[in-house]
Amino acid sequence: MQFFLEVLIGGLLSGVMYSLVALGFVLIFKASGVFNFAQGALVFLAALTTVGLMERGAPGWIAGLIAAILLGMAVLAVRKGRGAALGGRDWRKAGMFAAIAVGTILLIHKPLPFWGAVAVTLVFMVGVGVATERVVLRPLVNQPPISLFMATIGLTFFLEGLAQAMWGANVRGLDIGIPDEPIQWVMDRWGVLVSSFDLAGAGIAAVLVASLAVFFNKTRIGRALRAVADDHQAALAVGIPLKQIWAIVWAAAGFVALVAGLLWGARNGVQFALTFVALKALPVLILGGFESIAGAIVGGLIIGASEKLAEVYIGPMVGGGIESWFAYVVALLFLLVRPEGLFGEKHIDRV
Amino acid sequence: MKASILGRSLRPVAATLAAAAIGLGASGAAHAQAKEQFIPLTGYWVGPYAAGGSGFFGGMVDYLTMLNERDGGVNGVKFTFEKCETEYNNARGVECYERLKKKGPTGATLVHPLSTGITYSILEKAPQDKVPIISMGYGRTDAADGRVFPWVFPLITTYWSQASAMINYIAKKEGGHDKLKGKKIVLLYHDSAYGKEPHAVLQDEAKRHGFDLTLIAVAHPGNEQGAQWQQIRQIRPDYVILWGWGVMNPTALKAAQKTGFPREKMIGVWWAGAEEDTIPAGDAAKGYVAAGFNVAGTNYPVIREIQKYVYGKGKGEMDDKSRVGSIYYNRGVVAGIITAEAVRLAQERFGKGQPMTGEQVRWGIERLNIDNARLKQLGAEGFMPPLKVTCQDHEGSGLVKFQEWDGKQWKVLTDWIEPDRKLVRDKIEASAAAYAKEKGIALRDCSKEN
Repeated sequence: MQFFLEVLIGGLLSGVMYSLVALGFVLIFKASGVFNFAQGALVFLAALTTVGLMERGAPGWIAGLIAAILLGMAVLAVRKGRGAALGGRDWRKAGMFAAIAVGTILLIHKPLPFWGAVAVTLVFMVGVGVATERVVLRPLVNQPPISLFMATIGLTFFLEGLAQAMWGANVRGLDIGIPDEPIQWVMDRWGVLVSSFDLAGAGIAAVLVASLAVFFNKTRIGRALRAVADDHQAALAVGIPLKQIWAIVWAAAGFVALVAGLLWGARNGVQFALTFVALKALPVLILGGFESIAGAIVGGLIIGASEKLAEVYIGPMVGGGIESWFAYVVALLFLLVRPEGLFGEKHIDRV
Repeated sequence: MKASILGRSLRPVAATLAAAAIGLGASGAAHAQAKEQFIPLTGYWVGPYAAGGSGFFGGMVDYLTMLNERDGGVNGVKFTFEKCETEYNNARGVECYERLKKKGPTGATLVHPLSTGITYSILEKAPQDKVPIISMGYGRTDAADGRVFPWVFPLITTYWSQASAMINYIAKKEGGHDKLKGKKIVLLYHDSAYGKEPHAVLQDEAKRHGFDLTLIAVAHPGNEQGAQWQQIRQIRPDYVILWGWGVMNPTALKAAQKTGFPREKMIGVWWAGAEEDTIPAGDAAKGYVAAGFNVAGTNYPVIREIQKYVYGKGKGEMDDKSRVGSIYYNRGVVAGIITAEAVRLAQERFGKGQPMTGEQVRWGIERLNIDNARLKQLGAEGFMPPLKVTCQDHEGSGLVKFQEWDGKQWKVLTDWIEPDRKLVRDKIEASAAAYAKEKGIALRDCSKEN
């Protein structure tokens, strides 16, 4: 019984880690109805950027490129401002771009402390999100979802390549200061092994989920997001700023990717395989529904617990190594009962 | 008027193109007579396994470049290279092999596919093209029987030798083979053909020495091992053999720490024994032991020569110079040594100072005898084991050293450790004979080889 409990708790905690990645997918899907294939690549890019900045600061060429783009945008903002007679506001924008450009240049080859690197990575990930909206998604407004999905596949390979071009192919460790050791008093009291790191990861995921749930359900932007997801054109017609909404969501997905990247990176090392954690999120999404934050969490818990129990109790009978596909079996079984996922919205179309 | 402006403006472009074409033609003519030995680099510098690929090929190119710079190549024949990115993908590996096999004055000298999958994919093509395959520490184990596989060289050591050497190492630690009786050993393996490779040898060893062997699979990529380590915790083994790849290795080390399993009792295969496997695991890797057919470190004359003649002239392959001397890098240096020695031997037989064909180099590889005296001359004594290849034995050594990760670097724990040669060789010959029968291959008579 003790062993069963241990496997169950371990599975539930792993499940929360899967949910963390699944959240990024849910955010984008909720806002644009697009399955963002690039979420795994975003996790990799975020983690690698953080450790890269800690290790050796920004590489010259990428910092120079970003600064040049930002300065160009600053100039454009000023010129646009004169034409539109909105000088004051656009000067502010230009100033902001110029300041970030200078900041980027100052980062060249300057290793940063952990929190500094996290902050700069956050800005970078928000930038990547906004740029994705500008360059990849905006030209595809009102196109069928499959076009947007294909665009995110392209984006995946670009981001993976960019990450390795920026920081090299080295595998790195990441210490975020949370020990990955059994909690002794739990061990002494119940004889059950629970890792302090997994527990902390679950706590961080819980806070993230709670804040995102509030954001989506209680704020105007959240409601606008849901309207956009339902129908781009209708949302535009009632005056919802689609582009702005998409940029916000991609920036939020970048933030979630950063948190997931830091936790998974600290767990297994920062390396290309971080892109594979997306595979762990897929059954969670199938089970929990693509549009539900709560579904991502509950789905993660169910998948995590069931795959671990299956590996331990069924695995030895069939030669082991079953957890990766068993997760999909569980998800597909749930689909038989609830085709829209556990928490997915039922879509009823007028015929 | 516009047309004439266009014509005028295009004139320099046309002239440049014409000059370039003449230049290319001239270099082609020079190429045909060049004293060059072409080495195809079918490797991976991007993608999931880039860390290993870039280190290995970096070491190999740097060693051969050092020979070019220091000695003018081998008897005046310089090594040339061309990279082709396989991303560790079989289809791309074959494409790269096809693209490069005819390059250089004599075609590809040999090929190091650095992937078991790619090795299998070109196993039958390469002999037809007369290009020898060197699969150092990977690929098809039974290819060590040179009578069946004349063109394939799984040099230095195979997975089967390694599994057997691991048991010998454990026995040594425990105070003799008789002490293995009743011990519990877990093999935690990557659930793939690679991970299943040692099963038969370990099962035989378990029967022979009376230890209890449990096989536990980890699904690819191996970034989740909670369930496996809970099983291990329940079994309470004396040793865990880690037969992992990529992210599976640091994840296993972290999980061992989480479950309180001592890292000193974890023994890794050589694909789980590089800096790329331990650094991401941080402190969790301290004390972990892994086998290796080459050691890490820069304190060898051969590495110092590379630093002097290659990096000293700003020609090194590695962007991150701190990786010079790492396990993968040094493994590439070993590959470079073997390549150059085979070419040197072939030249002695077929013509000093001439570029060698693949067929001639195959002859050279099959007669390699890099003993301790030669290793000393090469500046690689203790760096790699002595190697003696014959027509029958395409493995040539079978020795491994065991190294411990001290938190910062690998420290050598043992001298070269032997496998159970009879057990391994019997298995190799049985498996190769079955392959020969299936393919209708007649065994070479090695007594007639000169």
